[in-house]
Amino acid sequence: MIKVEGLTKRYARTLAVNDISFEVEKGQIVGFLGPNGAGKTTTMRVLTCFLPPTAGTAQVAGFDVLEQPLEVKKRIGYLPETPPLYPDMEVGEYLTFVGKLKGLASADVPKRVKEVCDRCAITDVRMKLIGKLSKGYRQRVGLAQAILHNPDVLVLDEPTSGLDPKQIIETRELIRSLAGDHTIILSTHILSEVEHSCERVIIINQGKLVAQDTVTNLTNRLRGSEQVALEIQCTNGALNHGDVRQRLEQVAGVSRVVLKDTKDNRCTFEVESLQGRTIRAELARAVVNAGLDLNELRAVGFSLEDIFLQLTASEKAETKAETKEEAKQEAKV
Amino acid sequence: MRNVIVIFTKEMKSYFASPIAYLLLTIFAVIFGFFFYTFTRLFVLQGMQMQMMGRGMPMDVNEQVIRPLLSNASVLGLFLIPMITMRLYAEEKRSGTIELLMTSPVRDLEIVLGKWLAALVLYAAILGISGINMGILFAFGRPDWKPVLVGFLGLLLQGGCLLAVGIFISTLTRNQIIAGGATFAVCLMLWVLDWVSAYDQSAWAKVVSYLSVVTHFEPFSKGVIDTKDVIFYLSMIFLGLFLTVRSVESLRWRS
Repeated sequence: MIKVEGLTKRYARTLAVNDISFEVEKGQIVGFLGPNGAGKTTTMRVLTCFLPPTAGTAQVAGFDVLEQPLEVKKRIGYLPETPPLYPDMEVGEYLTFVGKLKGLASADVPKRVKEVCDRCAITDVRMKLIGKLSKGYRQRVGLAQAILHNPDVLVLDEPTSGLDPKQIIETRELIRSLAGDHTIILSTHILSEVEHSCERVIIINQGKLVAQDTVTNLTNRLRGSEQVALEIQCTNGALNHGDVRQRLEQVAGVSRVVLKDTKDNRCTFEVESLQGRTIRAELARAVVNAGLDLNELRAVGFSLEDIFLQLTASEKAETKAETKEEAKQEAKV
Repeated sequence: MRNVIVIFTKEMKSYFASPIAYLLLTIFAVIFGFFFYTFTRLFVLQGMQMQMMGRGMPMDVNEQVIRPLLSNASVLGLFLIPMITMRLYAEEKRSGTIELLMTSPVRDLEIVLGKWLAALVLYAAILGISGINMGILFAFGRPDWKPVLVGFLGLLLQGGCLLAVGIFISTLTRNQIIAGGATFAVCLMLWVLDWVSAYDQSAWAKVVSYLSVVTHFEPFSKGVIDTKDVIFYLSMIFLGLFLTVRSVESLRWRS
C-alpha cells in the first residue's frame, strides 16, 4: 500500500531523512519509532504530499507523491502533530468543512460526520467551539478529521500525545479498530505504544532507518537469550531457596539463576536462558513437580525500550568511531 | 470550482464568526459617514451662497459630492485592505491548519481563489454600507446613477488588486502583524507613487506613476470606464494571485 524507496529530504542545512526505504502492506498497523528529531514527521509529511522529497520516491496506493499528488491526497488521512483545527469553528461545522474539502459528496457529508463523531466519542461536543475544547477532545476531533473520508491510508503523527491515560487507552483501541480496512502508520516516541498497537515497527534515528521488523521478531533477534522472573511460594513448611535454586539450575537450557528477593515463604528468582533457548514451560514444570507453588512467571528485560536504546546507542558509537577516524585523517593531513 | 466554493464559504464564515468583519464594517461606516456629512454640508452651503449672491452657477451632485466621496472611499480602502488580508495565510501557517489544506485533494490555485473571493466579497460588503449614504442623495436629489455604478466598479477593481497583493504578502510570513504592516506599506506606496509626476516628466517617472493604483481610479470616479485602467487592474489582480500561488507552492519546497 505504501512503498518508499531511497527517500531523502534535505532542509537548507540539515539532512532530515537519509535514504530510507520501506514497504507497508494493506491493512497493517506500522509504528514509526524514533527519538525527537529523528525524521518521523518529515517522512510523514512526504507521504502526505505536504513536502516533496529531495531524492527517492514514495508511493501511496500505487500513486507517486510527486506525479499524482491529488490521487494520493484523496486516499490518505493525516493527523499532524498539532491537530489542524480552527478554534473559531464548531466541531460539527469543522468536520462538515473537512468532509467537503476531502471531496465527499455533499449528500454524504452529514451521515459521515455523524459516524465519525460516534466513533471518536465526540458527539457530545458537536455544537461546541473547538477553541473551548480540552486537549483530549481536540486530539479526537483531529482523529475524526483524518478518518472522515474513509481513506485507505491513515498517517497519524503522535496520536496520543497530550492525552491522559484513559484517553490513551481509548485512542489505542480506536486505532486498532481501524486496522483491517485502513493501512495505518503512526509515529511515536513512546515505545510501549508500539508494543501495544502495532504489528510492525520501523525504527529511525538521525534520519536513518535503523531497523524494521515485526515486534516479536525484533525482540527475539535482539535479545538472543531469554530472561524470566519467577515467584515461588511454599505453602507447607519453610522454603529452602538453596534447594529451589538447584532445581532451577538443573532445567535444560538455563545458564544462570539469580536470587532476587525472599520474603516469608516466598522467593523471587531471575533465570537467564542459553542463547536461543526457550525455558519458560520447562521452568514451570520443574517448580510444580517439586511440589511448590508458582505465583508468577514472566519474561523480563529486553523490552522494546532496551532494543531501541541498544540500536540507537550502537549507531552513536559507530558515528563516534567515524568522526574519530576522520579527525585522525585530518590530523595527518 | 466546488473546492473554491468550499474554501470561500469557510473564509466568509470565519470573517463573520470573529469580530474582524464587524470591526471593518464599523470603521468604514463611521469614517465614510463623516466624509459624507462633510461633503454634503459643503455642497448645501455652497448652494445657499450661490442663491444669495444671485449667480445661478449650476450645481452638480455627481461632480461635487459623489466624486470626492468615491475618491476618499478608495483611500479608505487602502487602510482596510491589510486588515482583511493579513490573516488569510499567516493565521493558517501559525496554527498549523495549512497542513490540512495542503494535504487535502485541492489545488493550490483553488485555495488561493477561494480566499481571494472571500476577501473581495467582504470588501464589497464594506463598500455596500456607502449604499445607505448614496440612497440619501438619491432620495433628496437627482444625481446621475451611471457614474455612481462606474465608481463602485472602480473601487472593486482597485480593491481586488490590492487584496491580491495582500494575500501574496500574507503567504510570506506566519506573523499576522508583519503581514498587515507590510501590506499597508505596499498599499501606501502604490498610492503615492503617482506623486513623482508632479516634479518629473521623464519616461521612468511615467512608468512609476503608471504603477500607482490611484491614478487608475481617477477616471472611474468621474464615471469613465477606460479599458487601459481596467486592464491595469485586471493584470495586477492576475499578477498578485499568480505570485500567491507560486509562493504557496514554494512553501512546500522551503519550509
